[in-house]
Amino acid sequence: MSKKIPSTIEKRLEERIKLIDVDTSTKKKIRKEVETEFQRMQVTSGEAVGVIAAQSIGEPGTQMTLNVFHFAGVSEMNTTVGLPRIIEILDARKTPSTPSMTIYLKKKYAKSEDDVRKVAAKLLHVNLGDVADDISVDLLNFRLTFSLDEDLKKTYAVKVKEVIEMLEKVFKDCEFKMLKTEKIRVKPPAEADVKDIYKLKVKLLDTFVKGILGINHVLPMKTESGEWYIKTAGTNLKKVLEIEEIDTVRTSSNDIFEIGKVLGIEAARSAIIHETLEVLNQQGINVNIRHLMLVSDTMTVNGEVKGITRYGVTALKDSVLARASFEVPTKHLFKATVRKEIDHLRGVVENVMINQPVPVGTGIPKLVYRSEKDGAKKRDKSSK
Amino acid sequence: MKREAIKDKIAGIEFRILSPKLARKLASVKIMTPELYDADGYPVDNGLMDLRMGVIDPGLRCRTCGSRVQDCPGHFGGIELARPVMHVEYISYVYDFLRASCRSCGRVILSEADMEKWREKLENAQKEDSLVQVDIGKALLRKMKNASKCPHCGEKQEKIKLQKPSTFLEDIRKLTSIDVRERLERIPDSDLIFLGMNIMAGRPEWMVLTILLVPPNTVRPSITLESGQRSEDDLTHKLGDIVRTNQRLSENISAGAPQIIIDDLWDLLQYHITTFFNNSISQVPPARHRSGRVLKTLSDRIKSKEGRFRHNLAGKRVDFSARTVISPDSKISPEEVGIPYEIAAELTIPERVTEWNIDWLRKFVENGEKYPGANYVLTPNGRKKVMKEAKEVILSELAPGDIVERHLIDGDIVFFNRQPSLHRMSIMAHRVKVLPFKTFRINPAVVHPYNADFDGDEMNLHIPQTEESRAEAKVLMALSTQIITPRYGSPIIGGSKDYVLGCYLLTKGNKVFSREDAMQLLISSGIEDIPNKKEFTGKEIFSLILPKDLHFVEDLEKAKEAEKNKDDSIVIIRKGNLVTGVIDKKSIGAGRGSVLQEIFKLYGPKRSLEVLEKISLLGSNVVMYFGFSVSPADTDVSPSLYQKVVTRLSDAETKVDDLIDLYNKGKLEPYPGRTARETLETSILPILNKARNDSGRIVLKEMTGKDRTFLMIRSGANGSPLNMVLIGSCVGQQNLRGFRINRGFRNRTLSHFKKGDLGSSARGFIKHGYKAGLTPTEFFFHAISGRDSLVNKGMRTPKSGYLQRRLVNALQDIKVFPDGTVRDASGTIVQFSFGEDGIDVSKSDGGTIDVDMIIRRHASK
Repeated sequence: MSKKIPSTIEKRLEERIKLIDVDTSTKKKIRKEVETEFQRMQVTSGEAVGVIAAQSIGEPGTQMTLNVFHFAGVSEMNTTVGLPRIIEILDARKTPSTPSMTIYLKKKYAKSEDDVRKVAAKLLHVNLGDVADDISVDLLNFRLTFSLDEDLKKTYAVKVKEVIEMLEKVFKDCEFKMLKTEKIRVKPPAEADVKDIYKLKVKLLDTFVKGILGINHVLPMKTESGEWYIKTAGTNLKKVLEIEEIDTVRTSSNDIFEIGKVLGIEAARSAIIHETLEVLNQQGINVNIRHLMLVSDTMTVNGEVKGITRYGVTALKDSVLARASFEVPTKHLFKATVRKEIDHLRGVVENVMINQPVPVGTGIPKLVYRSEKDGAKKRDKSSK
Repeated sequence: MKREAIKDKIAGIEFRILSPKLARKLASVKIMTPELYDADGYPVDNGLMDLRMGVIDPGLRCRTCGSRVQDCPGHFGGIELARPVMHVEYISYVYDFLRASCRSCGRVILSEADMEKWREKLENAQKEDSLVQVDIGKALLRKMKNASKCPHCGEKQEKIKLQKPSTFLEDIRKLTSIDVRERLERIPDSDLIFLGMNIMAGRPEWMVLTILLVPPNTVRPSITLESGQRSEDDLTHKLGDIVRTNQRLSENISAGAPQIIIDDLWDLLQYHITTFFNNSISQVPPARHRSGRVLKTLSDRIKSKEGRFRHNLAGKRVDFSARTVISPDSKISPEEVGIPYEIAAELTIPERVTEWNIDWLRKFVENGEKYPGANYVLTPNGRKKVMKEAKEVILSELAPGDIVERHLIDGDIVFFNRQPSLHRMSIMAHRVKVLPFKTFRINPAVVHPYNADFDGDEMNLHIPQTEESRAEAKVLMALSTQIITPRYGSPIIGGSKDYVLGCYLLTKGNKVFSREDAMQLLISSGIEDIPNKKEFTGKEIFSLILPKDLHFVEDLEKAKEAEKNKDDSIVIIRKGNLVTGVIDKKSIGAGRGSVLQEIFKLYGPKRSLEVLEKISLLGSNVVMYFGFSVSPADTDVSPSLYQKVVTRLSDAETKVDDLIDLYNKGKLEPYPGRTARETLETSILPILNKARNDSGRIVLKEMTGKDRTFLMIRSGANGSPLNMVLIGSCVGQQNLRGFRINRGFRNRTLSHFKKGDLGSSARGFIKHGYKAGLTPTEFFFHAISGRDSLVNKGMRTPKSGYLQRRLVNALQDIKVFPDGTVRDASGTIVQFSFGEDGIDVSKSDGGTIDVDMIIRRHASK
């Protein structure tokens, strides 16, 4: 079976071959050799690539740090790194312990730090409490008044009008009015009593007024090549992708489920690969991407993200014995009896258990000897 | 041991619910009495040790199959229960069934329309063994449980509750096991599919036991203590309780005892049978032995790491293995393993006698137990003869067709392993080299794949017993085939320590050796093809271990200039000659871009191993030739320089103090989203780290160069510049959980400091080097940090171990099919081509095709 050389390798070959000064026949020879090399490197049929991938990721696990926090860049935002992060990804936890996004901007919006800061301010989740100042409860007239802090208003790019609009949407039974002094006066519903007005105050302060829900911190950062991007704490991929300035191709989240939901299972697969690869690289551990691909592919084959746990990938196995040998064997055995499951012994552990050659690698080819007597009988049967 | 050709293969294992009918058929005895033995110590008939359930005493014969201990597999017995009893492990199923079926007509509470709708889907799913079945089943069950009226007979349904562990309540009325069984009996076969049960699996009422199958004697053997007293297995004890209770219950029933007494006994029987199956159910007090020890019953035997599955089925004990301490020996080949005589004379290889090797094998038989001898001779009629007795007879009878189990000799193939076996290089095939003394010997070049050291590590040895396994070992597992790791496609075995240092010393500068000296080095390194020359340079000597037509350029861009200047900046090898460059860890060690990788690629495993072997011999010989020692003086720093370090550190200290001042005055501007204190900490850390690095740089300037310790570092043999800095200049900040040390006493780390002192030295900054010595407080901080890293390691190991187990378990069945697709055991395609391009990492150049290397090779010709 001959396979075509991947285009990336072909491209690199053409690039490099241009640089040297040799005649065309040598060039032809080089191309030919790359081709034969590629065929030589193909995996052998029967190779237990699964075990190799598992070992390649598991073995360096002992070298990874257990420290949960690492200070990214200017030390404001924490991210989970090292072994805990790997475990988190492979377990397919519903939410990461430190959700975060990396947001790239379209070229024209990422010219200067100020540009980026402007976009960042747009993203940040702002509660009224973050900007409100000077909140007072007027019990006599049963009113609540507050103003917005001038400085904060600027840093968060909040406008009084917008705030009122947002609040009106949430508190439909209250009346909001902007005074000449830019103060906002709130008139609670008629039936409210003193207790309610204080409750309302707390609720108001906790109300989301601007930005994108869930983006708790934003931090403009610079890549090594000098490009500006934004790192966030908290994620909301769907809403962020809707924003005009964002480069939707490169922007991503570290929440694999979210990516799966917003962009589909292939994106989730890719996210698993890249998230694990990034952690490994941070730790200075060299693992070939192919192994991560295989793990990620097994986690996503049936269209949803399944963890490498007894509830995830292992639960999907056909073999009763394979499941039983992993965790909680009795549960699997009794379940098997109710469903009348048949273990066809096609996997590795099953065959280890019954002392038969394992169906992997050199265990696959079979040589059957038919003694004269047996053979004669069998042939008779088949001829009928 | 009789060897027979195995013609049959187990094609599958089917799981079903045991029917009472089958149970009765299986039971070769009805157990009636809890007594075990009579006065003579002979098993009582119809007792729990009845001889019809198999024999465990040598000398007796089984009364069912007539075989003796070795051949009787054991037979089941049975206890007819006076009243039906719930099977604990099926409780949750029974609970679902009761709630989903009508209390009067027994039909599943689903309308005919719904049934019609789902039946086909479920049947198909069941046929295909698909998991869709589970999803639908769950949804249907939920629907049925909440219905209040039977759509078939119109009966109003009552809420059924499960009172753990095994009592069912309908409203408040208790359902006895008889009631439960009756209800389950009423569920028609055709409705079972909606309950997630396969019709072929059996009947739901079988989940309520009427007969209890008693495991054979062989499953619960009794042991005879030294005192002659018999000690019974936990299961036998438990069964005794069951028989006793069952007997009493049946007596009371036939005697017409009051209902309360019967109910009590019934509950007791339920308890005993529950704990017989599973003795660790919550809400059930575990059954105990008389001594108070918790009994180990059936499910305990299966469960967990020490259970049947993981302990005996997925992993097995083996013969022909050995284990002892390892120690280094650089005079043996990396592919060899040194084995003590004592072990070599114990482990054997079966060798079939033919007319061509009979004379050779006879010598082993003649030697008998004396090494190199043989321990057993197997004749075709299956007899095994021990060498000790009647050696002469055996010798005279030795004929082609016999099998001689001869001792290990040099050159035999064996497996060598060190736990934890985290990757495939943890078990590799070596060649035997029998040596005196009592440890396994390995070449230090191979410690890396095993992750071994010689501080008391032990390793395991296994001897393959068949020709097939030996062939596979040679071709697939030999150390030379494992040089490239499949993790990233570069050598994992390579020169290290002394070997690197030796080659470094040899090739650095233009050292000239006289012919005699060169001969001395080369011959003792196993190189015999020596050119006729008066003088040799070090580079020429090293070149002799390389293949004659090897081309290697470390860095293509810098190559031209380096070759012109001969400035040793990069390694260039032309036609097997080291033209320029110093050989160091980068060029002959493990890792990407080493000469070794190129040799492996072009000349294959065998040749690479030869080179590696010669590197190790030549390297250590060179070190011995020059002599090499290190001294503490290598880390000495001149007073003037040290003064610089002191100033640099106190600079940093003042900077930190300034920050603290600012913080104390409340003027420190916090980072957004951080408190001032956190900001302080995060600003201090880089200052102190920078100070340590700077002080290191100051000192290293003086240490760099000729000093021997630094030669070690530069060649990559051992140590790092950081080690020198720690010794000579400054140890730096000590961390606890990733922060400066901030705990201990109230508001201070140690009682030597003022409360609230946040200064560098009060929070674990060590400004001395190891040689200058640590102050007492610094010593404590160092100890804190040291303990923290130990604790950390201790927590990491089990975590990553579990991750590894899960990964392997999830992926173990995935393999490449002949069509190049990657599939799992059920044939589901996981990838259409491994890693998208089908490249096997262990056959690649660091994960890809190294286009440059190919171009380089052609261009330089």
